[in-house]
Amino acid sequence: MEPRTIANEKPFSLKGYFLQWEWLLVVLLLAIFVMNANLSEYFLDYNNLRDATMGFLDKAFIVLPMVFIIMMGEIDISVASIVALTSVIMADLYSRGMPMEFAVVICLVVGAVCGWINGMLIVKFKELSSVIVTLSTMIIYRGIAYILLEDQAVGKFPSWFKFMGWGYVGTIPFILVAFVIFAAGFGFLLHKTAFGRRVYSIGNNATASHYSGVDVDRIKVWVFTLAGLMSAVTALFLTSRMGSTRPNIANGYELEVIAMVVLGGISTSGGKGRMIGAILAIFLIGFLRYGLGLVNVTAQTLLIILGLLLIFSVAIPQLKRRKGAARRL
Amino acid sequence: MKTVTTQAVPNKSSVGSGTAGGSISASFSKFRELGLLAFIVILSIGVQIRNHSFLTLENLNDIATNTAILSILAVGMMLVIITRGIDLSIGATLALSGMSAAQMVSHYPGLHPLAAIAIGVGIGLACGMLLGVLVAWVNILPIIATLGMMNVFRGMTYQVSGGKWVSAHQMPESFKQIATGSMFGVNNLIVIALLIYLVSYYFINYTKTGRRIYAVGSNPDSAKISGIHNEKILWLVYTIMGGLSGLAGVLWVSKYASAQGDTAVGYELSVIAACVLGGVSIAGGVGKISGIILGSVLLGILNNALPMINVSPFWQTFIQGAIIVTAVLINALVKRGIDRNNLMRRKI
Repeated sequence: MEPRTIANEKPFSLKGYFLQWEWLLVVLLLAIFVMNANLSEYFLDYNNLRDATMGFLDKAFIVLPMVFIIMMGEIDISVASIVALTSVIMADLYSRGMPMEFAVVICLVVGAVCGWINGMLIVKFKELSSVIVTLSTMIIYRGIAYILLEDQAVGKFPSWFKFMGWGYVGTIPFILVAFVIFAAGFGFLLHKTAFGRRVYSIGNNATASHYSGVDVDRIKVWVFTLAGLMSAVTALFLTSRMGSTRPNIANGYELEVIAMVVLGGISTSGGKGRMIGAILAIFLIGFLRYGLGLVNVTAQTLLIILGLLLIFSVAIPQLKRRKGAARRL
Repeated sequence: MKTVTTQAVPNKSSVGSGTAGGSISASFSKFRELGLLAFIVILSIGVQIRNHSFLTLENLNDIATNTAILSILAVGMMLVIITRGIDLSIGATLALSGMSAAQMVSHYPGLHPLAAIAIGVGIGLACGMLLGVLVAWVNILPIIATLGMMNVFRGMTYQVSGGKWVSAHQMPESFKQIATGSMFGVNNLIVIALLIYLVSYYFINYTKTGRRIYAVGSNPDSAKISGIHNEKILWLVYTIMGGLSGLAGVLWVSKYASAQGDTAVGYELSVIAACVLGGVSIAGGVGKISGIILGSVLLGILNNALPMINVSPFWQTFIQGAIIVTAVLINALVKRGIDRNNLMRRKI
């Protein structure tokens, strides 16, 4: 590993600016738009675009904190199970007669607690990687969801709850408004606050950050708690869109979320990437999926494409780095 | 080998078997396995009291047969985890190779069972090699690479099958015999698992390549400096895992006489559970064949016993997760105890 040098100011060059990963994503996104527009003449219609976004934005809320987690060189594969658990708890409480407002609050609290448990385990047991910790909590959270609801489905939520997934503010979907607000908040947190800079520094070198006075453990716990909380937010929107919930809800979301983050140019070895990349990747994968749906590509083929996308978006930067290292020798 | 069959490689030379520290870490490891064994015995007795048909020869044979596939996969997973990796794709590899083999025998019923096994193992090996290249040379984190390929392999399984099942009546009797037949009065699955255990015991303890796997897992940097090609070892480990998954795929399909698109979804979690229960350290470099046998047997007994004492099937996921967490945390705490002891000894 060559040492990474961080200059105070990056010298600006036009070529360097346009050679960034994010511009590649923009080009890809445009290509997908052109492809979709060719496949269906109604694609570029405003109403259609708007409703297409509503279909894939639910998981986008987890992508935001996942950027922080992968930025720190960690991973959280329990998020889908947290979505299932919080959704099931909320629905279960509601069906037992609790007002929906309280159930929603408890859903958010449970999500945050699940994330906090992940974070505490990772921080207190440094010899365990986040892979194994979140792998085991993934099974446990999903297991609790199964215990609570067994093989039933719970639905019939109040109409204001349906508004979250299906409603519009003016002509803009509520879910999109919520996402923009959250994305702006997380983008601000990552790029404009000391907290965000510390996340970057932990990703670059956790030991050095620790000796520079960064409370690495506390930041990690916070970030994992945020991931739990945002999983609960996803649970709200997803449950609202589905109209009912089952313990196997959100199966496989962790793959999609991680794929979006990695495709967004956030390095799995930590310390590199930007929020805007991940946001572009959300829309890229979302519209790609929509377009492939137009040409009747099956869900199973979609799995293959998603898996390959994940592999390639990690492999390309790795190979590039390898080539760069070879040239320097 | 008899005195110190404990931790990773380096302990052996630095700590003589006679010194206090050596016996402490040795006894910790023995204690672990004895504890696991004691737990298995207590559990069996407890279940036997609740349900008298548990400790019958027939049921024990059932448990052994059902555990065989899990324990075959656990060998491969142990090697992967020893090198600090993890493989989430094995459930999908298993399904893909099982489905391909099943498709072959349903199209060519005259196919020799060994040829069917060869097809499955071959496809598994190919999957494993691909993963190995991604992890070893392209340098992708194992969790990301296997998560991605898990979906690719799973998608390919649906593609191969066209979304249809291959069910019992489409399979020739000779194919089903692979798993249901027996050799010397013992079920084939058990025989195959035992063979694999013998070979892998020899491989990881008495061959250079086997010891190198531990070296790479204990300390990749010093392994590299000692002249070990880390990449080749990593690649080999994932290839072995793929081959074993392929074999397990054929055995699975033959045993249950049906191949489906969603065969063995989530099975990788059980395999990982068997490994961590058996004392394989996620931090790499530690793991023993005897440990994972006990781990697999414990899981097998649980799977068999829980329905027998009327535990709802919906509890099983949770119980499995709780077992993994407990095992992982106990492993970590025991490791801390050993390290602290070693430090105390150093001060004196």
